[in-house]
Amino acid sequence: MTRKANHQVVTANHLLEGDAVWFTARQDWSRDIADAAVASHEEAAQALLNAASKQQDKVVGPYLAAAAIDANGNAAPAHFREAFRTRGPSNYFHGKQAAGA
Amino acid sequence: MYLYSQFDEDFVRNRVAQFRGQVAKRLDGSLIEDEFKPLRLMNGLYLQLHAYMLRVAIPYGSLDSAKMRQLAMIADRWDKGYGHFTTRQNIQFNWPKLNDVPDILDALADVGMHAIQTSGNTIRNVTADHFAGAADDEIEDPRLVAELLRQWSTDHPEFQSLPRKFKIAVTGSPNDRAVVKAHDIGLRMIRNESGEPGFEVIVGGGLGRSPFIGKTMREFLPKADLLPYLEAILHIYNLHGRRDNKYKARIKILLHEEGLAIIREQVEAAFARIRPQFQTPSDELVADIARYFRKPDLPPRGTGSFEGLIAANPAFRSFTETNVANHTNPDYGIVTISLKPIGGTPGDATSDQMRVVADVAQRYGHDEIRVSHEQNLILPHVAKADIPAVYAALREAGLATANVGLISDIIACPGMDYCALATARSIPIAQEISTRFDELKLENDIGPLKIKISGCINACGHHHVGHIGILGLDRAGVENYQITLGGDGTETMSLGERAGPGFSAEDLIPALERLINTYLDLRQSRDETFLQTYRRLGTGPFKAALYPQTTEQEAA
Repeated sequence: MTRKANHQVVTANHLLEGDAVWFTARQDWSRDIADAAVASHEEAAQALLNAASKQQDKVVGPYLAAAAIDANGNAAPAHFREAFRTRGPSNYFHGKQAAGA
Repeated sequence: MYLYSQFDEDFVRNRVAQFRGQVAKRLDGSLIEDEFKPLRLMNGLYLQLHAYMLRVAIPYGSLDSAKMRQLAMIADRWDKGYGHFTTRQNIQFNWPKLNDVPDILDALADVGMHAIQTSGNTIRNVTADHFAGAADDEIEDPRLVAELLRQWSTDHPEFQSLPRKFKIAVTGSPNDRAVVKAHDIGLRMIRNESGEPGFEVIVGGGLGRSPFIGKTMREFLPKADLLPYLEAILHIYNLHGRRDNKYKARIKILLHEEGLAIIREQVEAAFARIRPQFQTPSDELVADIARYFRKPDLPPRGTGSFEGLIAANPAFRSFTETNVANHTNPDYGIVTISLKPIGGTPGDATSDQMRVVADVAQRYGHDEIRVSHEQNLILPHVAKADIPAVYAALREAGLATANVGLISDIIACPGMDYCALATARSIPIAQEISTRFDELKLENDIGPLKIKISGCINACGHHHVGHIGILGLDRAGVENYQITLGGDGTETMSLGERAGPGFSAEDLIPALERLINTYLDLRQSRDETFLQTYRRLGTGPFKAALYPQTTEQEAA
């Protein structure tokens, strides 16, 4: 029996815009969670967070968030809060959802 | 409207310049976030889910047209064309960019505004009755006191690093429209036996995760003793308030753990020590401040076409019934502008709407605008003869919703649509409730009813004091909404009782419909409000309406 994978990504807010960003395998930040580097066990997750935390000149408050893997094999939000962060508020068409339109 | 002295102006400009330097240092990497965060919070700048948020202070909720137009300009130039008015009578901009914030603060300073002490463990923006200076039940205008408190508390060296934030509210009327019993300190103006005005000093109220109704520390405090007495309270709180646990750091917990009698004794001892050496503001200073809060000259105007239009136009009649309150001068009315359009976001106004309100206030309202803690705007002095024109102008701007005090006049915190602390969304729930009860055409029949929604236990949406309170939580990764019943934020304050298990967002609206229908069935007459019916009958029938299956099972 295999344990259910514990996927995590590192996310933060962009220093200038405050917008949600995700830490990528290229050690930079993307505004799209699909670009996020995914850690599948705790040690890898901590390593990812440590690397991300060195970039406090670009982002604010990096943290680990549980993630799912979508049909294309990309990171996707696992919790509704993180899902909102990929879209923006529900009362206006502002934030990421508008940027993609 | 209070105008800045040179001292105020210099202080605010210096602070902006200081913050401009701090932002530059953050951006060039010489400050890290841990160092910068307390500095930005001192200037009202939060970081939320999708962006920064700037909370701008509106002292005791008072604005004039120039300030309102500047807020509109800021919304257009640096934000997304709207602002959100809050339960602390402030305004929040949801989308500023960090490097624009110093310019925004300078633009605020241009009209005598700032974002100082809208965050952090300091004395926050002092709130007051939004009908101040106009209400027919008022003893004295509370804004004079609120302005004194603002000057005393701004940058007060002893109180910049309190155990936790500290909120003060003032009402000049026996009818409490400022929720004073839910504040760290609530001041209720009363008269003593010889008829002199003074304050009942209420301490240790608060909502949040541990809600408490404030307790009376002094039955009657003479006006002249106000500042030294508050200084004594803050001094004792600053010394003994807990700093080991953020959730137990408010003065309400100190009072609860130590007991009112012990804290009162300490406060009175500190007061006796402080009083003789306290530099009480001079009569000249008080008179100087008072002149900013003189009532405008209100010439007799008759009522013009006001009564006629009430008879002829049912929409106008319903607007006057809900949105116009009695003024001390019978030729005038207090007009509340609802920021709760059906299906809209409670408390939001677009920049165009802000400019319309500014124009109307300038033309018809003696240039006075108030923000209420219920997230509406107030024109405190409008001649009844002008209310038809005011109504027409507001209506054209989508600002004439006739729902003040009714089921769709909902307080809602920003919730998880914006706030990083939220555990669930609030705004869509408010939108659904207002849309649904509008469809049912029941709003006027239901009558006075206050629904208040918070998106987490910090209770920014005041759910504990809603006749119906709604608290959004995260239950195993799904938004879940708990209902509390029977709360009341006025002088007859009570905390709502939790009705039972929470509801999914989907099940919540039908549950509320059952609750409301039960009230309509059980009320003795149309004059018995939801709260009165609830107080008469208790939770029983309302719980049964919310949880029909459970009740059936219990009966079986």
